[in-house]
Amino acid sequence: MNIHEYQTKDLLKRYGVPVPSGRVVQTDEQAVSVAEEIGGARWIVKAQIHSGGRGKAGGVKIGKSIDEVGAIAGEMIGSKLVTQQTGADGRLVHRVLVEQASTIVREFYVGLVIDRATRRITLIASSEGGVEIEEVAQRTPERIIKEVIDPAVGMLDFQCRKVANKIGLKGALLPQAVKIMKGVYRCMRDNDAVMVEINPLAIIDSGQLLALDAKMTFDDNALYRRPEISELRDFDEEDPKEVEATAHGLNYIALDGDVGCIVNGAGLAMATMDAITLHGGRPANFLDVGGGATPKKMANAFHIVLQDPAVKTILINIFAGINRCDWIATGIIQAMRDQNIKMPIVVRLAGTNVEEGRAILNASKFPFIIASNLDDAAKKAVIEANNIARKVVQLRKEQA
Amino acid sequence: MSVLLNKHSRVIFQGFTGQHASFHAEEAIKMGTNVVGGVTPGKGGTLHLGLPVFDTVEEAVQETGADVSGIFVPPPFAADAIMEAIDAGVKTIVVIADGIPVQDMVHVERYRMGTQSIIIGPNTPGIITPGVGKVGIMPSHIYSPGRIGIVSRSGTLNYEAVAQMAELGLGQSSSIGIGGDPVNGTDFVTVLKAFEEDPDTDAVLMIGEIGGPQEVDAARWATKNMRKPLICYVAGLSAPAGRRMGHAGAIISSESDTATAKIDTMEQLGMYVVRNPAEIGATVKRAMTMAAKSMPG
Repeated sequence: MNIHEYQTKDLLKRYGVPVPSGRVVQTDEQAVSVAEEIGGARWIVKAQIHSGGRGKAGGVKIGKSIDEVGAIAGEMIGSKLVTQQTGADGRLVHRVLVEQASTIVREFYVGLVIDRATRRITLIASSEGGVEIEEVAQRTPERIIKEVIDPAVGMLDFQCRKVANKIGLKGALLPQAVKIMKGVYRCMRDNDAVMVEINPLAIIDSGQLLALDAKMTFDDNALYRRPEISELRDFDEEDPKEVEATAHGLNYIALDGDVGCIVNGAGLAMATMDAITLHGGRPANFLDVGGGATPKKMANAFHIVLQDPAVKTILINIFAGINRCDWIATGIIQAMRDQNIKMPIVVRLAGTNVEEGRAILNASKFPFIIASNLDDAAKKAVIEANNIARKVVQLRKEQA
Repeated sequence: MSVLLNKHSRVIFQGFTGQHASFHAEEAIKMGTNVVGGVTPGKGGTLHLGLPVFDTVEEAVQETGADVSGIFVPPPFAADAIMEAIDAGVKTIVVIADGIPVQDMVHVERYRMGTQSIIIGPNTPGIITPGVGKVGIMPSHIYSPGRIGIVSRSGTLNYEAVAQMAELGLGQSSSIGIGGDPVNGTDFVTVLKAFEEDPDTDAVLMIGEIGGPQEVDAARWATKNMRKPLICYVAGLSAPAGRRMGHAGAIISSESDTATAKIDTMEQLGMYVVRNPAEIGATVKRAMTMAAKSMPG
């Protein structure tokens, strides 16, 4: 789960990480009063959406007067921001963060991540801040400093000093850097985050270190014990189909093809997408119904996949282990009837109770296209999708 | 012999009396697994499925000599259960639970350091040695005894591969799911090493997924350390890149993170690479044929 920049900063502040004075607002009047309250000569207004690349998209602007802050905020709030990460539709801006603008002397990068290889939290830092850290990693990998944290003792002062020294934070800045790194670590550990990133961590003209921008991602599996973090979730920032899927225990990711997919297991779901692609088709989504797929869960899966208007056919690929093919088949028929589905449905069933499952499908009045294996299923689904695409083109021609 | 689970293994289930564990313990017993008891705190001294229930893993190990444990407790309590099994000296710990907080696994892995325990999972279908037994949730009827070792991250994709192999008359020595979580106990290399040393395994099928450098690291290790043929499939060739918010995770795994980069590297390393998921079985068969031809005499 991701949260907004202002929420991340509020959280980090509680762990002793210095952030600029500021507050989040929902109207231009509020923006003006916050600017007056925090004082200063220049203010920064930042659109609060879950996306990187806000600056380039016009979602981060400097106001040189109180009036200008109000004008910028008024323009941003209620507008749609299109960044590299949002897609062409962009994201509606509901809130902006108004902060005192800082004069930057130098920028750094500090982040913490759970590293799969070492199976530990790892501190990553760089003297190259304020730019995409992926670019730094590619261009100048020697400027990426990594330090692995032993969970038995936590992040130690000397580790922070080592890292600070390597990225060039010396003298009076050294103790500040240690305090910040330890604060970020505690914040990650105490809140079950899987990623924290301060970029940039800047030296400003007063000589202080300040976290000018920050991001945090949390472990969905740990939200049950972090009620405070769960409350920070902003459903406006998520694909409503993905939200519905999560609520029903399904794992859904929207893609841009036309073959809808309902599969059990993430690996098999990806393999199914691969098979569709190899047959020249394009998957419309990734959907894992998981283990214990009840008829109701199957019906929910259909409901979510069919919300995508691009879907021309649905491929169901179930290899039942703890699942049962008869339950899956019952769920499919229930969905066909209740949701009045007319499009071609390709079904491949295998594993536990496969005979019972097939019998249920055959006994129904629906013209299912039964596939014998993965390859056959992908081939048939792509043929169906292409047939429909062709018909649509023909219809359009006739109408024109 | 076979890998991690053989006819000498003595198996317990943690969370034994729960609905989930009961069902899968019964299935395991049906196929001949040597299940010797189970652990449910508070129910020690009772019988379940005709087997003794213990309050602690320590007691279960003392009384039954168990060396394999299947962990079926819910995710919030799984880390504690795994560490209890490590403390009791259980050699093979199979963690079925899906949804364990990742920082819990960071602690578990630290706790395991320096011990003899091997953790399979979490979020795994488990281990099966056809003809001998299973600790897991896979449908055992699709597996058959044979000489191919399978190691996979995904469960259902493992079943898919097994079904394709069955059509070509190929069975398994053992099949092991290492699980799909970001932090898991055993990596591919540990399992590959076990298969390489296993006299009942002739070739190994490795089934991976996008995300993380594990598959390529394993293939690199195999070129130097394995004589048996290794067949690799990495799912997710068609998955879109860049659906993550931060970058820190991408840096650490930046090297060959996409499925395409992974399989290109594996092909360069001389592995049998499967590009089409429908051809997993056929590729295993081809590798076996080639290996048989190159055998002296």
